[in-house]
Amino acid sequence: MSAETPGAIDCDLHPALPGCMALLPYLDGHWREEIVSRGLDDLDLALWPRNAPLTARQDWRPAQGLAGGSVDLVRAQALDPFGSSIGILNTLFGAPALHNVDMAAALCRATNDWVAREWLDRDARLRAGILVPMESPELAVQEIERRAADRRFVQVLLLGAAETLLGRRVNWPIYEAAEKHGLPVALQVTSATRVAPTANGWPTYLIEDHVNFAQTFQSQLLSMISEGVFSRYPGLKLVLLNAGIGWVPSFLWRGTKEWRALRREVPWVDRDPAAIFRDHVRISIQPIDAPPDPADLAALLEMVGSDEMLLFATDWPHWRFEGTDALPPGLPERLRPRVLRENALATYPRLKESLP
Amino acid sequence: MSKHVVAAVSDLPAGSRRQVTIKGRPIVVFNLSGEFFALVNRCPHQGAGLCEGEITGLVTSDRPGEFHVSREGEIIRCPWHGWEFDIRTGQSWCDPSRIRIRPYPVEVAPGARLVQGPYVAETVPVRIEEDYVVLEV
Amino acid sequence: MSATTLPRTEAAAETRLRIVDCDVHPAMRSAAELDRWLPPRWQQHRRDYGLRLRQPFTSTYPYPKSAPALSRRDAWPPGGGPPGSDLDFMRQQHLDFHDIEYGMLQPLSVRGMDERVPGFAEAVSCAVNEWQHDDWTAKDKRLKGTIAVPGEDAQAAVKEIERWAGHPDFVQISMVTRALEPLGRSRYWPIYEAAAHFGLPIGLHTLGTSGHSVAGGGWPSYYYEEHQAVAMSLAAMTASFILEGVPERFPDLKLVIIEGGFGWVPSLGWRMDSHWTALRSEVPHLRRKPSEYLQANFWFTTQPVEEPENPEHLRKLIDWIGWDRLLFATDYPHWDSDDPRYAFKCQMSEAEKRAIFAGNAKAVYRL
Ligand code: FES
Repeated sequence: MSAETPGAIDCDLHPALPGCMALLPYLDGHWREEIVSRGLDDLDLALWPRNAPLTARQDWRPAQGLAGGSVDLVRAQALDPFGSSIGILNTLFGAPALHNVDMAAALCRATNDWVAREWLDRDARLRAGILVPMESPELAVQEIERRAADRRFVQVLLLGAAETLLGRRVNWPIYEAAEKHGLPVALQVTSATRVAPTANGWPTYLIEDHVNFAQTFQSQLLSMISEGVFSRYPGLKLVLLNAGIGWVPSFLWRGTKEWRALRREVPWVDRDPAAIFRDHVRISIQPIDAPPDPADLAALLEMVGSDEMLLFATDWPHWRFEGTDALPPGLPERLRPRVLRENALATYPRLKESLP
Repeated sequence: MSKHVVAAVSDLPAGSRRQVTIKGRPIVVFNLSGEFFALVNRCPHQGAGLCEGEITGLVTSDRPGEFHVSREGEIIRCPWHGWEFDIRTGQSWCDPSRIRIRPYPVEVAPGARLVQGPYVAETVPVRIEEDYVVLEV
Repeated sequence: MSATTLPRTEAAAETRLRIVDCDVHPAMRSAAELDRWLPPRWQQHRRDYGLRLRQPFTSTYPYPKSAPALSRRDAWPPGGGPPGSDLDFMRQQHLDFHDIEYGMLQPLSVRGMDERVPGFAEAVSCAVNEWQHDDWTAKDKRLKGTIAVPGEDAQAAVKEIERWAGHPDFVQISMVTRALEPLGRSRYWPIYEAAAHFGLPIGLHTLGTSGHSVAGGGWPSYYYEEHQAVAMSLAAMTASFILEGVPERFPDLKLVIIEGGFGWVPSLGWRMDSHWTALRSEVPHLRRKPSEYLQANFWFTTQPVEEPENPEHLRKLIDWIGWDRLLFATDYPHWDSDDPRYAFKCQMSEAEKRAIFAGNAKAVYRL
């Protein structure tokens, strides 16, 4: 098979962690005993049930074991077919959603060790995001500091929805540490389910939770912009994974409009929120959520108004597309090199340090 | 361009404003602590009459949670969507180079000079001993 | 853009097209006005306990608005009372001034649907409808009422709908958008069934105190956020209607979403469709792509209008939604209202203006 997109940087790969038991070698004595004696194992997140069709593409489900469960699989299914030179592993694991922040911290730490040992050590193309116990910003910062020296960790992973909106000042130590170490912050479609995902409470279906996450991302962005996170941490980049881009134009138009009317309430937002967004926010291309007519993608991108925003991703092993059609149909030719590689290099300063 | 007497200074005290219509154009005249300014009385956004807006200062911030108020009384907020405009220049705060309101030149002239003309004093009777706000439109 | 070049897209001046305004807010001078239509038992209750909503304060919002009574500063009637409370002044400043052919009333200040005490919710809904009739629609034939319902109790809501259905002054049913549960849930279906039966659209004006934050990430700090996030709450509400199968079940039901703008609409369809590809087995009751229901059963009022820098983007957006889907609305007398002369910063053909400023609304509401 020839590579589809040689040299690409795949910004969204999901290694499957079987459960806490797989982390026992990476836990200290106390936590090992706690996990075993309390029988804690799988911390799969409710948005990603293992057998739901979205969670793994049919042809990416191995005969045995977990989809996304090994380095061999990521090589054979994601890195090689697309010709990716770098792939970023974003672990979907529920440890940060635990209410017990010490337990969350121990499990996040072990998860990051597990990723380093069992994935990063085995393929030089792989990089990873740092899972942090975000409900305790203090412990989250400790984990960032502990991991920062390993340059293969290139971003900080946050739940898409947690105890508070992410712009709230209580969360700022995380951004300070991330900015200091040149680590973008990435939001995944994951929720600690502390608050209902809609103004009408809890929807019925999984498809609703995923559809509505476009709104959750927007509420987080709005919070981070209006609380002044990007004014305070001008070096910070925010990466949205699985957010789609369909909503971006209306979010930007509305952002400018509301700011002109109400900016006195948040005077630290001292420039157009659309400009802040374009400077700081990056979005992975799976799913793209574009108009059905490929010819309209160019129109949508013109409204988005940034050639720097899109990051190539397969979202492996989730089911987003068939075969190797990871690039959205209708993507203008001039954007190809940017989306495949250049935008990621500009977003993740650490990727440039060891360019293959 | 012609010069129009729009009010006696004593009728437009500091901090106040007044709407006038000159050559069919709605104009709002402000007294900013003794300095006079005039703007088209129509917001460039959706046309609201600015005269009915709130006069405030400029709120800025160096960091989240901190508020500075400066230029007290020099900003008018549109009565509808609240866009802020600099009374001195007509420039908007949000996009000063592209969104602005046309200003008109204003001067204060003594009645003694005005009675000699060539000024238009449509509705304002001019008396020699008073000072007047004169608009060039 | 400057004052001298303010572009006009006015419908009325050039074409004598009279406007249908799909969102006009009448106000009571105070909640005590309700007493005229409340039974004595509920008058006493109102005085002693007032409305009980799911919010921290008895009579103000947890996100203080940017202007008193959330209104245009020039909308306070000279004779006293809050904006929207004086019919004569409303005529002069709004209905006559803009030559409004029909104005769709949306009472907000007092409402039954998110009142927590069930009997009172019924009594308030009932009183709000009598008030619309006696003080507004009976006095000005341009104004059309909306049937307020105690929507958390579907049986009681249907009773109220039956009381007014067929009355020429009432052209739709109103529910709050931030209800106790996602509005696609079957507990609300009797209301939709009645609406479809009587051919009355459901007008969903953004509103409500569900006790949940406006959007998924949690409670925002600022009105600035809450106001912008309204569109997000409406997208989730719309997804619920579609994915629970309401339009599949009631194909003739008309759902009009009021005061959420419309920029969010196309991308909701695209995202629903893209996820439906993988997850359709979860919602086998849908026989069509989710976006098809969005295009068939929903209409959107235009305010607060979208304002992209490039006017062509606005046209493209409307192409995606459909020119027959948008209903012009001012939101008079609120601060974020739109002026029909200047709201749309793009060129529109005569036919497009007719559709958005009047024709679409006349078709939906059968005016
Ligand atoms: S009309 Fe002045 S801000 Fe909109």
